Amino acid sequence: MSVQVWTYLLVGITFALYIGIAIWSRAGSTKEFYVAGGGVSPLANGMATAADWMSAASFISMAGIIAFAGYDGSVYLMGWTGGYVLLALLLAPYLRKFGKFTVPDFIGDRYYSNTARIVAVFCALIVSFTYVAGQMRGVGVVFSRFLQVDINTGVIIGMVIVLFYAVLGGMKGITYTQVAQYCVLIFAFMVPAIFISLQMTGNPIPQLGMGSTLNDGSGTFLMDRLNGLSTELGFAEYTDGSKSVIDVFAITLALMVGTAGLPHVIVRFFTVKRVKDARKSAGLALLLIAILYTTAPAVSVFAKINLIDTVSNEEYSLMPAWFKNWEETGLLTFDDKNKDGIIQYVADKDKNELTVDNDIMVLANPEIANLPAWVIALVAAGGLAAALSTAAGLLLVISASVSHDLIKKVFKPSISEKGELWAARGAATIAVVIAGYFGINPPGFVAAVVALAFGLAAASFFPAIVLGIFYKKMNKEGAIGGMVVGISLMLFYMAKFKLGWLGEIPDKSEWWFGISPEGFGTVAMIVNFIVALVINRFTPEPPEDVQEIVENIRIPSGAGDAVDH
Amino acid sequence: MSEKQKKATAYWKENVRYLFILLSIWFAVSFGAGILFKDALNTIKIGGFKLGFWFAQQGSIYVFVVLIFVYVRLMNKLDKKYGYNE
Repeated sequence: MSVQVWTYLLVGITFALYIGIAIWSRAGSTKEFYVAGGGVSPLANGMATAADWMSAASFISMAGIIAFAGYDGSVYLMGWTGGYVLLALLLAPYLRKFGKFTVPDFIGDRYYSNTARIVAVFCALIVSFTYVAGQMRGVGVVFSRFLQVDINTGVIIGMVIVLFYAVLGGMKGITYTQVAQYCVLIFAFMVPAIFISLQMTGNPIPQLGMGSTLNDGSGTFLMDRLNGLSTELGFAEYTDGSKSVIDVFAITLALMVGTAGLPHVIVRFFTVKRVKDARKSAGLALLLIAILYTTAPAVSVFAKINLIDTVSNEEYSLMPAWFKNWEETGLLTFDDKNKDGIIQYVADKDKNELTVDNDIMVLANPEIANLPAWVIALVAAGGLAAALSTAAGLLLVISASVSHDLIKKVFKPSISEKGELWAARGAATIAVVIAGYFGINPPGFVAAVVALAFGLAAASFFPAIVLGIFYKKMNKEGAIGGMVVGISLMLFYMAKFKLGWLGEIPDKSEWWFGISPEGFGTVAMIVNFIVALVINRFTPEPPEDVQEIVENIRIPSGAGDAVDH
Repeated sequence: MSEKQKKATAYWKENVRYLFILLSIWFAVSFGAGILFKDALNTIKIGGFKLGFWFAQQGSIYVFVVLIFVYVRLMNKLDKKYGYNE
């Protein structure tokens, strides 16, 4: 069977599976819609969290980014996993004990203020929309390459599928589809990685293969070979990287804190039964995520060596079929500058003739390594699972923010349960349409947009939640002030240094403290903390009953169900 | 302070102490070994890996996973000790 047939088959089967699960587990109450009824087992929640978390960027782009960035790519690996330690130790157990439906719910109640709630809703919406745009784009990219439809059609197909199971199933439907999606995506990521590791090093475990010697009898370590090839072509050593230490530090911290502050991840911990389960499921989630995250850097090394060996100083006319296929998508371009018919892939921009998009490294890897057709198709299904599961989780946060935090808690408290459920479904539908629009007209490429969402989450939620738990006397004035200043500062920096909304984008040398927009979340978060604590000093203490709430969430027993009080 | 409150305060203190220790390790393996001291550690090689690079792309992640499970164990024990387990 051809790749095409395999792809239709595997994508078709997985889509049918997701829809089947959605119909079987549709939500009948707001509690089921927001937190899946609150009785999800730690393992199921761990798997759902892992799928929720691992987005199109993790699956499709990350290994490629690392392949081209070398050591600099470590920021994503540490940043996107280390955040779980913060989440497990500082947030998840307490938020579960608190037992509400959403992050703005916590902020609104802990800071006894609807203003705080509205600010939190606003932050949740900005973060989630920034993030979801990247996911829809990812869906489009996979469709366009593997099913030969145009990117926009791909985005629309993705929208319809997500709409179907997010709107129908709410959190309950999303949870169980995410469990299935985790299985699909991890299988799809690991199979080619294991194949290639065996091919190149004889070791089936990619994590070990990466540190082994090449299979060609030369006895050279893979990493040494790659460092050698990189310097030969004029690039920096793979294990060195070119970002400054302070920038690497700031980006890593921003990604970690942002991870812990992402509302669609936090909300998953409202779905388990007890505080104990919340802790355990954070551990399981990270374990399941780590399988992919420790494999990805190995894939980067394999793919980079394979790519250089295949193309560098070879004749263009002798390139394999995958090269031509990817040229058609525009993700791979060859420009024969010196007209010698040979591909020069070098660091020198004037002489380099080959441009390779990050995303190709995972998507084309099985083809580059000559793996069977079904493996190539599997990667397509995995990429779609990763993008769809994250998009669905985000859409739920968006719809809950609107129907629960705004309509039910602020504008129309008298709304019936049924009315709220319909409002949630309506909000999810509108959110899908907006996300689709952003997917078709994206504000940047997938990973860049996603990386900025973390800065926004770090700059807004994380300090407010941590202070809310660990500092009993933290009051509403401080928390609101901190969130507003933090997210505004981050938005300003993004607009100025990344998006160019405030005139031409200034040169890197003008970055504050030498920190890039991706890492600026760290600065904005620190500013948030300082502003919050300073304002707190000059404004009244929180009321007695709020301080009691804080004391209560610190004790794990008696969590009860997530309730709508 | 009532008996109940005393118990809660003692529990919280032990919890915060665990957090402090575990987060110090969290910081040391990632920001320490993987970033700040990476160049010094890179002079040591284990198999094909330079050690600083290994911490940044592999080791820190393994430690993160272990840290959370250690935390889960410690807290389950602590809950039992104070009678907060259910």
